[in-house]
Amino acid sequence: MTEENRKPTPEEKAKAAAEAMAKARAAKEAKEAAAQAEASTPATESAPASKPVSEMTPEEKAAAKKAAAAEALAKAKAAKEAAEQGEEAGSDADAKAKAAAAAKAKAAAAAAAKAKAAREAAGQGGDEGGDDAKAKAAAAAKAKAAAAAAAKAKAAQASGEAGGEEETPKAPSKNQPYLDKYVARLTEAFGADVLEASYINELSKEVPTLVIQNERWHDVATFLKNDEQLAFDYLSDLHGVDYEDRLEVYYHFYSYKNQQSVAVKVKTGREQASVASVMDLWQGANWNERETFDLLGIHFPGHSDLRRILLPDDWVGYPLRKDYVQYDEEV
Amino acid sequence: MNQNILTTHVETSSDTGIRTEEMLLNVGPQHPSTHGVFRLVVKIDGETIKEAIPVMGYLHRGTEKLAENLTYTQIIPYTDRMDYVSGMTNNYVLCHAVETMMGLEIPERAQFLRLIAMELNRVASHLVWWGTFLLDLGAMGPFLYAFRDREKILDLFNELCGARMTFNYMRIGGVKWDAPPGWIEKTKEFVQYMKKELDSYHQLVTGNEIFLSRIEGIGKFDEKTALDYSLSGVMLRSTGVNWDLRKNEPYCIYDRFEFDVPTGTGGDCTTRYHLRMAEVVQSLRILEQALEQFPSEGEVLGKVPRVIRPPAGEAYVRIESPRGEIGCYISSTGKDKPWRLKFRRPSFTNLQILPKLLEGQSISNMIAILGSIDIVLGEVDC
Repeated sequence: MTEENRKPTPEEKAKAAAEAMAKARAAKEAKEAAAQAEASTPATESAPASKPVSEMTPEEKAAAKKAAAAEALAKAKAAKEAAEQGEEAGSDADAKAKAAAAAKAKAAAAAAAKAKAAREAAGQGGDEGGDDAKAKAAAAAKAKAAAAAAAKAKAAQASGEAGGEEETPKAPSKNQPYLDKYVARLTEAFGADVLEASYINELSKEVPTLVIQNERWHDVATFLKNDEQLAFDYLSDLHGVDYEDRLEVYYHFYSYKNQQSVAVKVKTGREQASVASVMDLWQGANWNERETFDLLGIHFPGHSDLRRILLPDDWVGYPLRKDYVQYDEEV
Repeated sequence: MNQNILTTHVETSSDTGIRTEEMLLNVGPQHPSTHGVFRLVVKIDGETIKEAIPVMGYLHRGTEKLAENLTYTQIIPYTDRMDYVSGMTNNYVLCHAVETMMGLEIPERAQFLRLIAMELNRVASHLVWWGTFLLDLGAMGPFLYAFRDREKILDLFNELCGARMTFNYMRIGGVKWDAPPGWIEKTKEFVQYMKKELDSYHQLVTGNEIFLSRIEGIGKFDEKTALDYSLSGVMLRSTGVNWDLRKNEPYCIYDRFEFDVPTGTGGDCTTRYHLRMAEVVQSLRILEQALEQFPSEGEVLGKVPRVIRPPAGEAYVRIESPRGEIGCYISSTGKDKPWRLKFRRPSFTNLQILPKLLEGQSISNMIAILGSIDIVLGEVDC
């Protein structure tokens, strides 16, 4: 029984109404709070909000936009919280109803089984019927057990797949020697702690993947490019990913000399996200870093001209972040 | 906008007393020679370009953000709208990334259909480039011939998937539609027709002295610069790097066919012109072989799960589009929608070198240099 096609009981209706009201209240409160906050700021700062946009100086515009963005964020937060509360309450009621329904169904099934057994006993009258029923029950139990085992096996398999390479023993990848070489060279030059992880990415055509310590990335990048044995002279791709607890910059390098690829990842925190620029090593990083800055808000210290590239200069926020809230709904 | 470009320098010559001033010239975003909505702010001193700043984003639709809320199959039509001159390769790169993650087997017939579609599209794309490049340089005729012949390819696509440009043809695990009856024969005829036409193209344009003198030796760079700027495709091959992902990292079934990778060493607009024309010949060569070996029957869509959920993890694949190396990165959490999807767009990456190429050039070379890079703005802005 799903929530959607179940008719709400009056009790539930009342509950839902109360929730909606609570939500509305929360939103209103958030709005008032935001308004208060605005009102309580000094007059000089709150001035931009009352001025028409055309008369604002760039700074005022930016301030107004920031305020608007903050307000939108607060609103979204309040709404989300309210929704979550509502959901919890809803799921509670749902669980109760479900339990009741299950109990009912159980009772009905038990009664039916009893009746069936009685009927069978009455109809066929002998031990045969009883045996038949028993056999049936046994077969059913067996089938059930088999199904359960199969399901378990499947689940185990699935978790094994999701778990990654370590769990299932496999023949070493054809790229394993390359990975070993990279790790050896880097460890030799920088010590073991510069590598946070290194593995063969089976999903990505077995590309050797290195996770490099953020603080030493620029040194490592210089080494990756200039070392005779590595010689990664071509930057194929550079972009960022938001994993909610951290941001990552992903690089894909290629060495035309050695005909070999490597993927590199550098992690950074979400607050003051920053990864050293490699534009001085590979000019091709220029616009890619700008794009990553534009869409994910990762700063690249060392970049000569880090500004937005795809979005307008006065855009607020970083759209590819998972918690991005659009400040202007009209856009 | 970069602030320092906005300040122009004024000086008065001490000998002649003539006052000279640098000037800002704004090209685009609505300018036919920018092939879309690309804007270029150039600072010129007389007719010499001092500095050029590309401004883009006018066609930014946030494809990568939109994709985070779409299932993998739903993303395919969005890829058609990135590089809209070569939608088939874009379709392919997305499907290829997902298939690589899931380890899917693609049926033989689907592989052939994909390859034929991609190569036809490469020819169509190079025709658009040829026509518009010449149009930019002031020759109206070639454009008409190029678009006449390209239309024949688009008609073939129309029969194949019901669309001229926004194909939405490929699917994870194969293609959506089988070739209609007689389509292979029609395509064979087209290949022969195109081979002959190509000769007349050369007769019409390639030997033309005015044309040659306009592109000879301009927009020149060397191999080291090309690698440094992450250039790919013809931009890279024009500097002597023999590199084509169809050959060097074979995907689909390219390893079964014979073809050459045209490579030049001039590094200028002329070399790039010749390479693109030679690539059309090679594409036709691949098409001839593929159409000859086309399997008479078979599935066009492999056995794929109803809901496509690549395993948790990430993958980056790259293939050779007509413009260069197009890549697709997927970060998956095991759900039916990508956590993060990123396209490495060759137009975007190749365009980076433009300010460097324009510096010190005459203003009249600007459009020729831009044209020789071969960009599509849908892909630059994504």
